[in-house]
Amino acid sequence: MATVAAVIASTHHPFYYRASTSAGADRPPFADEWVAKIEAFRETLTRARPDVLVMVGSDHFHQLWLDNMPQFLVGKAPCYDGNFYNEEREFGLPRMFLPGHEELSGYLLREGIDAGFDLAFSNELRIDHSITCPLITLRPEADLPIVPIYTNIFAPPMPQPRRFVQLGQVIRQLVESWPSDQRVAIIGTGHLSLELGGPRQFGPHGPDPEFDRKAVSWIASGDLDSALAEVSLDSLWAPGNATHGFMDFMLMMGAAGANVKADYTDSLDLFHTMEAYFTWYPNGAGAP
Amino acid sequence: MSKYLLNKFLYTIDRDPDLVERYRADPAGTVAWWETEQANLILNCPGGERSTWLKFTDDERAALASHDYVKLFELGAHNFLTLTLFIALFERDYPEPLGFQREYAQQLSHWTVPYPDIST
Repeated sequence: MATVAAVIASTHHPFYYRASTSAGADRPPFADEWVAKIEAFRETLTRARPDVLVMVGSDHFHQLWLDNMPQFLVGKAPCYDGNFYNEEREFGLPRMFLPGHEELSGYLLREGIDAGFDLAFSNELRIDHSITCPLITLRPEADLPIVPIYTNIFAPPMPQPRRFVQLGQVIRQLVESWPSDQRVAIIGTGHLSLELGGPRQFGPHGPDPEFDRKAVSWIASGDLDSALAEVSLDSLWAPGNATHGFMDFMLMMGAAGANVKADYTDSLDLFHTMEAYFTWYPNGAGAP
Repeated sequence: MSKYLLNKFLYTIDRDPDLVERYRADPAGTVAWWETEQANLILNCPGGERSTWLKFTDDERAALASHDYVKLFELGAHNFLTLTLFIALFERDYPEPLGFQREYAQQLSHWTVPYPDIST
């Protein structure tokens, strides 16, 4: 059976690429500290020696649209192009090209549907910065095959937080039952408190530092009970109008397991949002 | 109320660099053209299979035609779509980084949660 080499959860900040590649007067003052933290975080994936990456993210109204909106979707294609014109325009993100892993995609779809998740699928998917940003931070070579999984954290009505947790649990179980000798890293990105297109956007820190402090504590300690008790679809509007992206962190807590402490935790209080980075090694293989 | 159609306008303009420039230069003309020619296109269907029933309310049309992002927020347009397109339209006019984004927040500063419902 396949091995879960690492479970990794982080924020995905589209400004990282430009900040980390700029020089001279264009280089923001926080860039050096940010790059150092990302390089340390990257090492937690490198150390796990993965062969395949399951990548959980959320399309930001790029390919998926309100006339036909899936709640959970698995890409099943031999290749994926990455990033869109408006992400080049706003964030300076490069066009990318990633190999796919159709066998694992097909396995997750068939077994996931049979396990009670009626997953949508796509045979031609262009991935956006929710998946390309963690590739840039964690595996900039972009040399490993990926299985992209998209969740709807964006367009109401959305699934309940507990469904995100359950999907994470199912992904973990299915990877562990996949008849293969491959080492699989399950990587997902979301947000802590975040405001976009509202009065609290682009402030000196995230819109709700108290929520961020609690959220980092829940994730780092695997405290699913507290997260599920305090977070609802309605409550997530309060910390910031884009905070439903936290449900992708809850999915990753499901994948990591209840009450399983992260082996690596780091964060960075950046202007406008808090960055946070977590790695679990379920099999200890890559543990420091 | 046709929040879906507001969002469809923002989405289809934002993904096309020529339409971004056209909407910046001529908002009223672009909105009129778009409502007549584009509003009823189903994005994954040929033009002959278009819808027949989509149109803006007067408030919605006026908000789009005047680049009024505060009004779009109040009408329940999706916050991410409005922000992304309006950054493309106006960030260039502000000399300091994030200058437009901070002005945008300031213009909405009279709002506290709950914000207008973005459900479609």
